[in-house]
Amino acid sequence: MSTAALPRRRVLARIRTSRAPLNLLCLAFVALVVALAVLAPWLVPHDPNAVDLGNALGGPSADHLLGVDASGRDTLSRLITGARTSLLGPLGVVVFSTLAGVAVGVVSAWRGGWLDSVLSRGTELIFAFPGMLLAILVVSLYGEGLTAPVLALAVAYLPYVSRLTRSLVLAERERPYVAAYQVQGHSAWQICLRHVVPAIAPVVLAQSTINFGYALIDLAGLSFLGLGVPALTPDWGRMVFDGESAIQSGYPLSAILPCAAIVLTVVAFNVVGERWADQVARRDR
Amino acid sequence: MSPLRSTLPRSGLLRFAVRRLVEMAATLFGASFLIFGAMYLAPGNPASFLLSGRSASPAALKAINDQYHLNDPFAVQYLRWLGQVLHGDFGRSIEYRTSVSSLLAARLPSTLLLVAMALVLVLAFGLALGWIGAVRGGATDSAILVSTTFAVATPSFVAAVLLQGLFAVKLGWFPTNGTGSGPVSMLWHLTLPAVALALYLIGMLARVTRAAMLDVLGQEHVTVARSRGLAERRVIQRHVFRNALGTVLTTGGLIVSTLLICTVLVESAFSVGGIGQLLELSTTTKDFPVVQAISLIIVGLFMAVNLVVDLLHPLVDPRIALGSGRSAG
Repeated sequence: MSTAALPRRRVLARIRTSRAPLNLLCLAFVALVVALAVLAPWLVPHDPNAVDLGNALGGPSADHLLGVDASGRDTLSRLITGARTSLLGPLGVVVFSTLAGVAVGVVSAWRGGWLDSVLSRGTELIFAFPGMLLAILVVSLYGEGLTAPVLALAVAYLPYVSRLTRSLVLAERERPYVAAYQVQGHSAWQICLRHVVPAIAPVVLAQSTINFGYALIDLAGLSFLGLGVPALTPDWGRMVFDGESAIQSGYPLSAILPCAAIVLTVVAFNVVGERWADQVARRDR
Repeated sequence: MSPLRSTLPRSGLLRFAVRRLVEMAATLFGASFLIFGAMYLAPGNPASFLLSGRSASPAALKAINDQYHLNDPFAVQYLRWLGQVLHGDFGRSIEYRTSVSSLLAARLPSTLLLVAMALVLVLAFGLALGWIGAVRGGATDSAILVSTTFAVATPSFVAAVLLQGLFAVKLGWFPTNGTGSGPVSMLWHLTLPAVALALYLIGMLARVTRAAMLDVLGQEHVTVARSRGLAERRVIQRHVFRNALGTVLTTGGLIVSTLLICTVLVESAFSVGGIGQLLELSTTTKDFPVVQAISLIIVGLFMAVNLVVDLLHPLVDPRIALGSGRSAG
């Protein structure tokens, strides 16, 4: 959100360079979480849904490295399996919102006129709905699940992408190479798809990386409320909800770990995204 | 714009205000249309959707029909509903069998207090941290930067669960849940929820304030003010913060709508009987009139705050070209 406002400053330049290791760390963390999610079925030590009430709320042990939750389910296995739904949902949001947002942004910048004002009014209307509200509205229509909220959030995040794309395309089409292609008889479609979209892609993708973190927060919140993924599916947001009762019985570990997983993943995506946006902005200058 | 021009007053600010008001009314009209029309997107017909999971007795069907007039043409239904909403009548809750307005009114005080407390925290800490980070620089700035990076990555429900675990369960300083009765007890009960609600926005506002002030600090007029021998404190107050305020102001609508929507998470984590908890309950029970009413209120408040911000913006920053209208954010 605040990337666009990052100022050109001496102080910041120093932080930028000193932040390089942090950026690498965050990249590594993203890679780790993605690898865990992909390889989950082969990595989990226990069935993430295996209930063992006799061992409920047990602390870390050789068998359960990170302890178990209030139903005796292995926390490590749930965290690893939970990474799948917790990352797949935001990925869906980001893919849909990026594709649709770029399409809307390019069309409204290139065509202009009434189409531009209709699309701009539309995105302004969507902007008035917080993503979470749109997702809740959709859940109240279609019931709990992952698909409907993902599509709703994709719509909610569309304006961020389309506004950015629109302003980038408006600047890009003023550049001489576009006129050169037009003179050579290339169609608007060709110029947009082959040249303009690839040129603006890094900035848009950096924004989408940041959107990923926010979509993760929204979807985790939804499953915290029991409105997202189905009840038995391991999911970080749902684990926080399950952990609330464990905390009140004085065993906070099974709640703290999914909290940490959410926060660290979002931090990692934000840092990587902002750093990327920063680099692109410096290169273009 | 041109046909209106002759009838509008000469004063730029007034004309700007009228235009923004018309734009807001149009957007609000569109939003209400979406919120009303949503029930036609549900699987099955609207009557069975509205009654979903409940007995479709003739009496219940009649109650639904009395409220929504489902046999009328869509446009008539919508306009009648809109007319009622404009008179403060949000229909009847299907689950609670009372008017939605009375449900909302009963739950309004705790949510209002919660949001107000969180807003105070956001403004106080967000602006102060941003200011200090921009002015001090160095290690202080880095510390603020790192902590706000974590703050904006912490969902309100995560903050809620962690604060509850630490300050309510482990240390016992605050009650674990509930709203309390009486003003003092309510403040006491809502302290942790308000902090949980505010945390993300404190980080966001601090970052926006910091970036905006750093941007101004690099400009020539600040150097000029300093070279004229003005006290640094005065330079920061009068020249830097004052200039940055315009950018900061544009986050107003976002702050209010985020506070309102996040009450859903925080209120259900702390069992606060407010509007947010009602939204969660009515989503689970598919009590659509209540969902519609709360959605409309959140969207309406977002736009109202944005309108106020847009109108204040030229007063705070006279350079804003009034004609260009839409401000960022």
